Amino acid sequence: MKTKALIRLTFLAAIVTWLVMLFSDVTVLFSDLKGLTPDVPVWLPKVMLDLYVISVFYYYKFKIERDESLNFTDLLWRVFATGLVATVLSLSLRVLDFLLGSTKLSSNIFFIDVEYLVNLGLLLSFLIAAGTCWKRLILYQKSKWLIRGWLVFEMLLLIVLLSDSLQIIFKEWLFTSISILTGLLSLVLSANMKWVAYLNFKQKWTSLLLLLLSFFYLGYFLFTVIHFSDEIKLQSMAFLDFQNHVFNIYLFSFVMLYSIFSFLVILFNLPTSSVFEQKLEEVVNFQRISQSVQTEQSEESVYKILLESSVSSVFADAAWLEIKGEQQQSRLQTYQITESDAHKIQEHLNGRHVKGILDQSSDKTKNLSNHLATLKGTRFRSLMAFPVQVKGEKIGTLALLKELPEGFNKEMTQIVSAFANQAGISIENFRLLKEAIQNERYKEELKIAKMVQKSLLPDKLENDNDFEISAFSESADEVGGDYYDTLRINDHQVGLIIADVSGKGTTAAFHMSQMKGIFHSLAQEALEPKVFMMRANQALKYCLERGSFISATYFVVDSKEKMIYYSRAGHCPVLIYRAASRKADYLIDKGAALGMVKGKDYCNFVETNTLPYASGDIMVLFTDGITEAKGPRGEEFGLDLLKKTITEVVIRGPKEIQEHLIKKLYEYTGTEEIDDDYTILIVKFR
Amino acid sequence: MVHIKRLQEDGADILAVVGEIDASSSIELDLAIAKSVGEGSTKILVDCSALEYISSAGLGVFMSYIEEFRDKNIRMVLFGMKEKVANTFQILGLADLLHISSNKLEAKKLLNELSV
Repeated sequence: MKTKALIRLTFLAAIVTWLVMLFSDVTVLFSDLKGLTPDVPVWLPKVMLDLYVISVFYYYKFKIERDESLNFTDLLWRVFATGLVATVLSLSLRVLDFLLGSTKLSSNIFFIDVEYLVNLGLLLSFLIAAGTCWKRLILYQKSKWLIRGWLVFEMLLLIVLLSDSLQIIFKEWLFTSISILTGLLSLVLSANMKWVAYLNFKQKWTSLLLLLLSFFYLGYFLFTVIHFSDEIKLQSMAFLDFQNHVFNIYLFSFVMLYSIFSFLVILFNLPTSSVFEQKLEEVVNFQRISQSVQTEQSEESVYKILLESSVSSVFADAAWLEIKGEQQQSRLQTYQITESDAHKIQEHLNGRHVKGILDQSSDKTKNLSNHLATLKGTRFRSLMAFPVQVKGEKIGTLALLKELPEGFNKEMTQIVSAFANQAGISIENFRLLKEAIQNERYKEELKIAKMVQKSLLPDKLENDNDFEISAFSESADEVGGDYYDTLRINDHQVGLIIADVSGKGTTAAFHMSQMKGIFHSLAQEALEPKVFMMRANQALKYCLERGSFISATYFVVDSKEKMIYYSRAGHCPVLIYRAASRKADYLIDKGAALGMVKGKDYCNFVETNTLPYASGDIMVLFTDGITEAKGPRGEEFGLDLLKKTITEVVIRGPKEIQEHLIKKLYEYTGTEEIDDDYTILIVKFR
Repeated sequence: MVHIKRLQEDGADILAVVGEIDASSSIELDLAIAKSVGEGSTKILVDCSALEYISSAGLGVFMSYIEEFRDKNIRMVLFGMKEKVANTFQILGLADLLHISSNKLEAKKLLNELSV
C-alpha cells in the first residue's frame, strides 16, 4: 500500500516537473527570441529537468526494483514495453505533425520546442527504466564490491546531473577524471552477465528480440531528439539542449553499452544453453527423488522418477528398471521397449555368460555395449547397466539403451550413477519410515495392552480372620498375561486364583480379561474347584486360538473347616510351608492347562485336592517368570532356590516374605530390568 | 534358536529338535510337524535329547496337534527329554496328553504298540 502511494506520488511529481520544465523552457525561448528578460529564471528548465530525472528514477525504483516477482525476461519485457509506449506516443505526435502539413503551426519554433521536450521526456523515462532494469540484472548475484561499485556509479551520475544544471564548471582535469571513472565503471558493471546463464533456450531468443527492439527505440529517439534540437538551434540557443547535458549522454551510453553486451553474451550463449538446461533439470530430478519421501509418495514413484530422470539425462532411446520383489520375483518398468524385448536382451547376455549386473550378480556399473553387437533383431547398439542398492544390498538394475554405438560418455555414467544412488537412499528412507511407523503402532498397542492388564489386577485382596494375602506383580516391557484375583464366596469361603496366559502382547491381555470374567462369574457359584476348571475350560474352548492355553490354579479357602480345596490346571506347583513340621514342599498333583483338551474328557485331566491348614502355615503361589528368572550365567532361579528363600523368613508377615523374595530375586538376576512377568502371592494363615 | 533335523527310520519320521524353543522359534517346530504331516507320515518321533528349553508357546505347538492327530490316526511319541524339559511338560499337564518315552528304543516300541 505504501509502495503504491509512493509510485503514484513520484509519477505525479514527474508529470508536474515535466510541465513546469515545458512552460519555463518555452517562456525562456520566447523571451530570448523577443529580446525580453524572461519572467522565470533562466536556470529553471534545467533544474526542472533534474527534478524530472530524479522523480522518474524513484518512480522506476519503486515500480521495478522493488518488485520481486519479476524474472529476467519480465525485466527485459518492461524495458521493451516502456520503449514501445514511448515510441508510440512519439510517433503519434509525428502523425499529428504530418497531418498539419506545412502550416504555420508546424514550423513554429514553440511548437517544435514542445515536440522536442515531449520526446526528450519520453527518451529520459525510457533510459531510466532501462537503467533500473539493468541495475537489477547486474546486481543479480551481488557481492559487497559490486554493490559499492554500483553506488559509486550512481553517485557519479548524480554529481554530473547536478553540475549540469547548477552550472558548476569543473576544472578540466576533474571533469576528465570523472568521465574516465564513469566510463570504466560502466564497463566493469556491464561485465556482470550472470543472469544470462539462467535463461533457457526460448527465453534467450525472446531476450534477443526484446533487446533488438530496444536498440531500435534508442536509435529512433536519438535521431528524433537530435533532429528537433538542431531545428531549434537554427533560431535560438536559449532552450534546454540535451546535448549540453552530460548526464543524458552518460546515461544513454551506459544503457546502450549494457544492451550491446547483453545482446552479444546471449547470442554467444545460445549454443551452450541446452547443456545448462540439462544440468538444471538434473538438479530438479535429484530433488524429486530425494523429496519423494516427504511428499508421501510410494516406492513405485521413486522408480518411475529414476527411470524418467535417467532417460532424459543421457538421452537414452529406451530403458528398463528391474526391481527384485519380496518373493524374489522381479518386476520390470520399461520405457520405449517392450518387456519381451528386454527379456530377450537379458537372455542373450545370460546365454553368452556375460558377467554383468543384468544377471543380478555384480554391483558395479557396466558398459555392456560390446555384447549387443551379436544380438540379431535389436535396434540398440549401446547398453549401460547400473545397480540400485539399498543398505549395500542390490534391489534392482537400471539398464539404459541407445541406438547409437558408443552412446554413453563418462559424465552420463556419473550422473546416472548418482541418480541410482539417490533413489536407493530414498527407498531406504521409505522403508525406515514404514518400519518406524509400524514400531510406533506396536508400541502404542503394547501400551494399551499393558494398561488393560494393569487394570485387570485387583487393587485390594480379600482378607480373612484366618489368613492374610500379599501380592506382587511386575511385567516386562512386553505385556504378559499373569493374573491373580480373590473373591469372597460366603462368610467362610474365599475363592483365589492365579493364572498365566500363554503368549504375550494384546492377545494375552485379552485372554486375561476373559479369565477374569470367568473367575468372577464361576467363583460366585461356590463350585468345587474341579468343576470350576471344567466349566472354565468349556467357556474358553472357543475363545483361545490354536496353540494357546491358560494355566491356572483355583483355590477355595474354607475357614470353617480349616481346609483348602484346590484344582491345578497346568500351573506352577503350589509351595506350602507347614509350621508344625517346619518344612516346605511343592504339592504334586495332576492337571492339564485350560484350553489344552477341547473335548468333554477334560474332566479326566483335572482333580480337586484337599489340604488342611493350621496357624503359621504359608502358601506360596507364583508364575513361571519367577522360577525361570535367569542369573548372569544363564542358570534359572528354580524351584529349589525359591523354597530355600521362603524358608529363610517364615516367621515374618506375608508382605515381608514377599519383599524378601523379590529382593533375593533381583540379587540373583543382577538387574532391576526383568525380561518376563513376575507374580507372587503369599498367603499366610493366622 | 532352534534347529530341526528330519530323517526317516523304519517307516517313522524322526524330528530331532536341537536348541531352545521360544515364542519365535516355535513357528519352526510348527512348520516341521506340519510338513511331516503334510507328506503323509502317520508315525512321528520327536527326539528331544538336544532340546535345552521349551517355552509355553512351544508347548502350545505340541498341544495344538493333539486333536488333529487323534482324528487323523497319526501317532507321535516324544523321547529323550532332559529332566527340566520333562518337568515343563509335567507341570502343564501335557505329559498325560502326549506320549513320552525315555529313549528311542522305547519310543519305537510305544509307537508300534499304539499302531496296533
